[in-house]
Amino acid sequence: MTTAPALTPIPSRRTMGKAQPWSWMFQRLSGLILIVLVFTHLIFNLVLGDGVSQIDFGFVAGKWAAPLWQWWDFALLILALAHGGNGMRMIIEDYAHGRVMPHVLHWSLRISLVALAVLGTLVIFTFDPCPTGVDPSIIPSFCADL
Amino acid sequence: MPTLYRGREGMWMWVVHRATGVAIFFFLLIHILDTSLVRISPEDYNYVIGSYHTPLYGIVEAGLVAAIILHAFNGVRIILVDRWTWALRHQRMLTWIVWGIFVVLMAGFLPRHLMNVFGGA
Repeated sequence: MTTAPALTPIPSRRTMGKAQPWSWMFQRLSGLILIVLVFTHLIFNLVLGDGVSQIDFGFVAGKWAAPLWQWWDFALLILALAHGGNGMRMIIEDYAHGRVMPHVLHWSLRISLVALAVLGTLVIFTFDPCPTGVDPSIIPSFCADL
Repeated sequence: MPTLYRGREGMWMWVVHRATGVAIFFFLLIHILDTSLVRISPEDYNYVIGSYHTPLYGIVEAGLVAAIILHAFNGVRIILVDRWTWALRHQRMLTWIVWGIFVVLMAGFLPRHLMNVFGGA
């Protein structure tokens, strides 16, 4: 019985990017977690109750009154941006060529991701379910008890 | 020699994975921005999210859910094919299982969603 020759990886920018194993592993791990996070999000927001028709300020306020949903949506926000951003990074590496374009796209992506992560985090954790000076009919009924 | 990303089902699923991934990513950006309105103005949030209740957006949402289901279960197929020799040998069958799951889940979701959108709830 002969032993198969050892395989040496072929460096290829086109198919492997910069051959970053962490990127592949991260994409798989975050993808599996996102399946749980995203499908739960879809079931609670689009399937249960009246589906998309039920979504308004009161619906969001009712959910984010519970810290569990705040942390759930925070995890969803960060992992979705990271997973989607990593995927877009791979696509830029595959298709953007030249001296300028890849830099422009990579930095546009990074700035957008950081800006949206900061914005989303602030929105989730500084959220006020019972804002003052708002028509009482559109804020949750539990605000009347406060 | 079977090659993973070339020819027939594997190649088409690679295209499906990229196309759905890009579509979901751009929806994510818009979705974070529209949800941020809850912090700025409840009235404006209700006005913007109200457009999500219209038939046109309802159909776009069905497409979004379809893209998410395909991307999610094709992602699981990619992981299995990468890590498990049996799955690599049977990757074409796994591709059809992904489409089977897609059909079953959409058959469950679409009637409910379309009733919510078109039923005037």
